[in-house]
Amino acid sequence: MRFTKDHEWVSLDGDVATIGITAYAAEQLGDVVFVETPEVGKSVTAGEGLAVVESVKAASDVYAPLTGEVLEANAALAEAPETVNQAPEADGWFAKVKIADASAYEALMDRAAYDAFLETL
Amino acid sequence: MTMQTVGRPTRPEDVQPLDSGFASLTGGRGLLQDEALIFERDGWGKTGVDLPAVDAAADDLGDLVRTSPIGLPGLSEPEAMRHYVRLSQKNHAIDLALYPLGSCTMKHNPRLNEKMARLAGFADLHPMAPLPTIQGALTLMDRLSHWLKTLTGMPAVALSPKAGAHGELCGLLAIRAAHEAKGDPRRRVLVPTSAHGTNPATAAFVGYSVTEIAQTDDGRVDLADLEAKLGPDVAAIMVTNPNTCGLFERDIIEIARLTHAAGAYFYCDGANFNAIVGRVRPGDLGVDAMHINLHKTFSTPHGGGGPGAGPVVLSEALAPFAPAPWVVHGPEGLTLVEETVEEAAQAFGRMSAFHGQMGMFVRAYAYMRSHGADGLRQVAEDAVLNANYIKARLSGVMTPAFPEGPCMHEALFDDSWLEGTGVTTLDFAKAMIDEGFHPMTMYFPLVVHGAMLIEPTETESKQELDRFCEALIALATAAKAGDVDRFKGAPYLAPMRRLDETLAARKPRLTWKPEPGVAPAPLAAE
Amino acid sequence: MRYLPLTPDDRAQMLGVIGAATIDDLFADVPAAARKSEPFDLPHHAGELEVERELSALAGLNRAAGAGPFFCGAGAYRHHVPATVDHIIQRSEFLTSYTPYQPEIAQGTLQVLFEFQTQVAALTGLDVANASMYDGSTACAEAVMMARRVTRRKRAVLSGGLHPHYAATTQTIAHAEGMDIVRQTVAIDAEAAVIEAIDSETACVVVQTPNVFGVATDVTAIAEAAHAAGALLIVVTTEAVSYGLLKSPGEMGADIAVAEGQSIGNALNFGGPYIGLFTCKEKLVRQMPGRLCGETVDADGRRGFVLTLSTREQHIRRDKATSNICTNSGLCALAFTVHLSLLGETGLRQLAAINHAKAQRLAKALAAIPGVEVLTKRYFNEIAIRLPGNATQMVEALLEDGIVAGVPFSRLDPAAGLDDVLLCAATETTLDEDIDAFAQALSRRIG
Repeated sequence: MRFTKDHEWVSLDGDVATIGITAYAAEQLGDVVFVETPEVGKSVTAGEGLAVVESVKAASDVYAPLTGEVLEANAALAEAPETVNQAPEADGWFAKVKIADASAYEALMDRAAYDAFLETL
Repeated sequence: MTMQTVGRPTRPEDVQPLDSGFASLTGGRGLLQDEALIFERDGWGKTGVDLPAVDAAADDLGDLVRTSPIGLPGLSEPEAMRHYVRLSQKNHAIDLALYPLGSCTMKHNPRLNEKMARLAGFADLHPMAPLPTIQGALTLMDRLSHWLKTLTGMPAVALSPKAGAHGELCGLLAIRAAHEAKGDPRRRVLVPTSAHGTNPATAAFVGYSVTEIAQTDDGRVDLADLEAKLGPDVAAIMVTNPNTCGLFERDIIEIARLTHAAGAYFYCDGANFNAIVGRVRPGDLGVDAMHINLHKTFSTPHGGGGPGAGPVVLSEALAPFAPAPWVVHGPEGLTLVEETVEEAAQAFGRMSAFHGQMGMFVRAYAYMRSHGADGLRQVAEDAVLNANYIKARLSGVMTPAFPEGPCMHEALFDDSWLEGTGVTTLDFAKAMIDEGFHPMTMYFPLVVHGAMLIEPTETESKQELDRFCEALIALATAAKAGDVDRFKGAPYLAPMRRLDETLAARKPRLTWKPEPGVAPAPLAAE
Repeated sequence: MRYLPLTPDDRAQMLGVIGAATIDDLFADVPAAARKSEPFDLPHHAGELEVERELSALAGLNRAAGAGPFFCGAGAYRHHVPATVDHIIQRSEFLTSYTPYQPEIAQGTLQVLFEFQTQVAALTGLDVANASMYDGSTACAEAVMMARRVTRRKRAVLSGGLHPHYAATTQTIAHAEGMDIVRQTVAIDAEAAVIEAIDSETACVVVQTPNVFGVATDVTAIAEAAHAAGALLIVVTTEAVSYGLLKSPGEMGADIAVAEGQSIGNALNFGGPYIGLFTCKEKLVRQMPGRLCGETVDADGRRGFVLTLSTREQHIRRDKATSNICTNSGLCALAFTVHLSLLGETGLRQLAAINHAKAQRLAKALAAIPGVEVLTKRYFNEIAIRLPGNATQMVEALLEDGIVAGVPFSRLDPAAGLDDVLLCAATETTLDEDIDAFAQALSRRIG
């Protein structure tokens, strides 16, 4: 699993990246009440909006950590947005994206680097 | 002697209070009734109005006629009265106690204004009635316009916007039209970080991108940042003055000068006009457009969320672009310009059907006439005095966000004084409810951490201000003394305890729906 | 000054606590150049009696609708409002409360809004309603912009039967937001023509029923055509009492319905404040503008109500909000709900039937006059008639007979070339004698 400074995580299986928000982000947002997931087939660019995650009092943009095309969005979040709080780095994933360039994945932070980054906040 | 010993006891029995608190047998709370929704009563098929029978059939309408039931319960008149009066008792109101919501100007709403708005000549007047039959209404609009223009020192006013945000939209549309008329459409609007949410929302609505301007440590617009961000693509700045920190923008004239030098217009959010009415004319500050919330400064009631009215005063540069309609003096009395043709060809369009919030115009005008020019000046002075008095009295226990210098009509505190107590701004505000006060505005403006914005308005007596300050001092002392449960569980004594907003947002239930087998099903139509 | 509680002594004491010498010290941040020291050229304060005298005199210069035979409609309708309604809305706790942001002490307003939303959804046959907009015209503009967010298309087609003020408001506001607004030619039976204007770029079609000429239309075919092209159907209604007799927008396939709710619970007020009704299908709710009230529970598990889905709104979403609306028409919504609770289904249906019967009588009386043509065939409580001459002049002439005959269409839209068309409405407040007097006077003036 890899991480961004905007608190997204990515795990890679072949050329399919699964993307979500980190446990730290889920904790900071508080109770997640809604996730606006991307449409399947949408092209996304690294650093641009992928999804929107809403708590009662705030709406936050989730950025795509990698460039690619959306293969699947997590439909279960529509009925159970609390999954993002309960299992942010597992069942609470947002989207699966087919990526073109796996090297960009390697350039993201690993767990140790992300934890060290969190220490600086 | 004759010993007469019958009759009821005349003093309370000496009974120890129940440890776990007292609960009634039915869930009732004394005179405060739990009140079911109208859909949960036995009102299907009932009506509380008596209407004559109809003998005609709607056979000319054929298949346009509704055949399925609507699903509306009815209440007899006594049931309706009781239902809504019971509900009313669960509300706080300015008529009950101080309502210190910063930025909202919750002042006394004179009942004379209500009476005047209900005169048949105003309330029972159709907006499209023939001109000879509406001369009094047009005269009132004309007089209201004169007062607004005079008080603001601005040459024109558009009366039709229906609320503050609608006024902002009107102002920005006029600005956009003015730029387009010069063949210079611009794309950006500058908004300070402390602005009301409506400002960036309105700018985006009109198709502008929003750039934020930084704020200085003393809570004002950062002139250097403004200067850096002004440019040939900037259409306008939107600045609230006095600003949302309750401070007068000392450099306001320079802000206007820089803005105009960049070819942009100065939109002033007039939500806080109450602080300066009668003492400062926005026209003297270089403002090009400003909305006036009649439901704030000019005391029309907030009504649980509206209606409001947001007339917009305009500078010479923007006046030609004002939306229809407006009142003009003609040879046969007053008339309305209702179309954007001929002399109104530059008007940017229309903000809504008809002519604006007449009911609010009547109330606001009655208020202005009651206060007069002298009284309105006193309004601003007392509003500012009351806010500074609160700031002075509470500064010993709470931390003012901007301790240096006076504030205007509202006193802003941050939450640094709560650090280490385990009590948050929200907890503190909810505990105020148990003491009989409505909370202040919380977590706004966004630029101040854990903000608490207190606007008492001029219609509070010194005695009520003291009562309020003493309640807050007592609460602050309790918070610092570690009495955390008092805050975390608050409110305890309100009609409801804290509500689960997460549940409401995760599983939205926005209308009542009959539960199968439990609630009565709507009767089919006869 | 009766609204100001502070005495000179209070002020002096308070300045002492603050540590300021004079009130001017508190205005020290105001630049000297902007301090207004000389008095304004405006009158000084006045007592209740004086103010009442001035305003009563102004009111007296107007002719109230109830002063005689009266037939104006065109988006604002004179109905009887039960006395209970005005009493309830003048309760301090409703009249002088703010937006219910502190739900623990605003359950009164919140429960009313929940009832209001449920009533409005039922009337329109749609799933969810918001807690009100400013009025019908601004609700219409908001609906068009919502359609853009839902469909991500920019083109909106407005039927030629849409109230011209609604069309102008939508044109002004939605166009500013970047939409292409196509307003079709104004005509009495303009609705069917929208179908041909729908294309693959169309976000929505906007159809009014009953339309500005009073024509009631079944929009089912328009809904089908819109949906086939991936567009939304927005149905506009300016006379909410018509819901008691006519098929609802939802039954006919509308995705969004907006309406002017003034007719229920609210006075004419010379055009405002009114109340915009806004409803849509459930799946579109996150693109809805305005406040929403929802059900939840409190810390003790008791049912209560809160404002919800606020992340759509300006105070949270700022420049990405679905609308900039903040203040709405809360008190007008209360009036609407109280009136509708009194009416109930039984009363509303009967009220609607009476309105329709009055309009039938009016249409029959006017159609009998040689030279007058009743243009509206299927109507609720308003008809358009063609006069042998200019409608504005005829209205002025009939005023001399003590009759307010209606709204000349040219006043709403001078460019439409319908100078001889007059819009006439009848409601339960219209007496049969008023209709007879109107018909006789019109007949005499034409003859």
